[in-house]
Amino acid sequence: MLVYIIRRSLQSVVVLLVMSLLVFVGVYAVGNPVDILINPQADQIDRERAIAALGLDKPLWEQYFTFLNGLAHGDLGRSFVHSTSALGLILERMPATMELALTAMVIAIIVGIPLGLWAGLKPEGIAGRTIMAGSILGFSLPTFWVGLMLIMVFSVMLGWLPSNGRGPTTLLFGLIPVSFLSVDGWKHLIMPATNLALFNVALLIRLTRSGAHEALLQDYVKFARAKGLSNGRVIGVHVLRNILIPIVTVIGLQFGALVAFAIVTESVFAWPGMGKLLIDSIGVLDRPVIVAYLLVIVTFFIAINLAVDVLYSALDPRVRLTEGKG
Amino acid sequence: MEAAADMASVAKAPTAARAVETPFRRLAADFCANPTAVFGLALLGVILFLALFAPLISPQNPYDLAQLDVMDSRLPPGSKTLTGGTFWLGTDDQGRDMLSAIFYGLRISLSVGLAATVMALLIGLAAGLPAAYFGGRTEALVMRIVDIQLSFPAILIALILIAVLGQGTGKVIAALVTVQWAYYARTVRSAALVEKRKEYVEAARCLALSPARIVFRHLLPNCLPPMIVVATVQVAAAITLEATLSFLGLGLPITEPSLGLLIANGYQYLLSGKYWISFFPGIALLLTIVSINLVADQLRDALNPRLQR
Repeated sequence: MLVYIIRRSLQSVVVLLVMSLLVFVGVYAVGNPVDILINPQADQIDRERAIAALGLDKPLWEQYFTFLNGLAHGDLGRSFVHSTSALGLILERMPATMELALTAMVIAIIVGIPLGLWAGLKPEGIAGRTIMAGSILGFSLPTFWVGLMLIMVFSVMLGWLPSNGRGPTTLLFGLIPVSFLSVDGWKHLIMPATNLALFNVALLIRLTRSGAHEALLQDYVKFARAKGLSNGRVIGVHVLRNILIPIVTVIGLQFGALVAFAIVTESVFAWPGMGKLLIDSIGVLDRPVIVAYLLVIVTFFIAINLAVDVLYSALDPRVRLTEGKG
Repeated sequence: MEAAADMASVAKAPTAARAVETPFRRLAADFCANPTAVFGLALLGVILFLALFAPLISPQNPYDLAQLDVMDSRLPPGSKTLTGGTFWLGTDDQGRDMLSAIFYGLRISLSVGLAATVMALLIGLAAGLPAAYFGGRTEALVMRIVDIQLSFPAILIALILIAVLGQGTGKVIAALVTVQWAYYARTVRSAALVEKRKEYVEAARCLALSPARIVFRHLLPNCLPPMIVVATVQVAAAITLEATLSFLGLGLPITEPSLGLLIANGYQYLLSGKYWISFFPGIALLLTIVSINLVADQLRDALNPRLQR
């Protein structure tokens, strides 16, 4: 098990280095790095000073090592627009995005898994068919349009919920601003989180249903029923535990996708997170921030993939045993 | 003599009836077994017809500035035009008839989605088939790239590509193709790996046919069924991705407005209650994607060899 973790961590470091090389090549080598890193409104003297300071007149491999050095010290350049550290900007907005993504994932789990179980247990009933039809709809609806319609119904027509922004936040542990600790925060949070959760609800419904469908045909279910166990126990304990393994993996991997899709939801609902920052930066060509976002998100993804792999091998004894032998 | 002629004609009749049962007919019969899928296919047909003949059937050409009157702007659905017609779905902020704008938008969305899917399919095939057939280091390299690319969400890769390459129709299609080729490469490689072990490939090798011929004339046709399913689903995904990019302002230019851009235009009027500018293009997008997904679902079941009777 430990060998597995070490091996996967080394692989992740290699992927991270490759990605940093790709980002470096994309920003520093392709196109004019002078335009990318130096404020286009600087005059000639400032440009030459900046070029010397950034080392852009040095050979490429030397620049790459300087870049890595800056990376290791957390210095990813200064934003053109905000004139503060690019990395600092991203980290400042990270709690908002994480809160949105976590809430969306929780909603998806609470809604998706029970509905999927229901559809899997009674596939031919009217509830089962409606749930499956609903899941196709959940896949097909474009996220941003659903967000617009939610705003239209709940903010404009009914006036129940605020249409954008995050509202006042309370501090969790005195450090991190969060919304879920106040009722007003929830009013701001619930629409974007539901919007973001929609795709995953559909995904989890389909996964749980196919898992339950397959599991019910297995021998251990027949045996449990023959033993006289109640239906609730058979399903809740035996079936659920066995179908949860692939579902947990998917949930873990989808969390990364949620953080990425939050870009769209944050734009629709003007939620002040990393995604909205990215869109704004792409619009004004604030490239240090784009680079910083890319590196942060790549690190995040690699960490998630590693965690999911480890979790999967911890949960599924078959993976552990074959890894141990191999 | 007559008896012999009769017997000959009777003997010919059953063989004639059986000869018409081709694989395509069997596929069509499997497909039509599900009424929802037939509905989806009909809906898709209607949408394709509307998109293809948009200039002929639109009440108004929404991109001909001479026909627009800014006094017509932001009218609700059902209002009358000055010339006596009706704005069935209302008008947008520049006086364009929403119905016509949706037809033209469907055209652009569908053409961009299809173009990106076809190109990604070709690139994926070109990468995945040789990887599966030759194995070894080619396969390891290609699959490693595919795995790394597939571990990141599509929208992120598309956004970063647009940020690096800049905007424009060609660049949007390039971004879509880059995002999608990996799915095709992975699917065709798994299918080809299975086919590679079958005897006809061994026979072809014994005949000393060139690898290119074996790959393209023997392996490829047999790997097509899963590719068709993936391609159908991916057309829907490409259309959604392009709409999302256009909504964020990073997609197609405003000279080629797709449905995503139409929805984005209506975003600012939502809070004042003028819902129709965003609502109806969204419905059009939704219907397109739902019909494609319904067709893809049933195609997957119909083409699945494990469900063959």
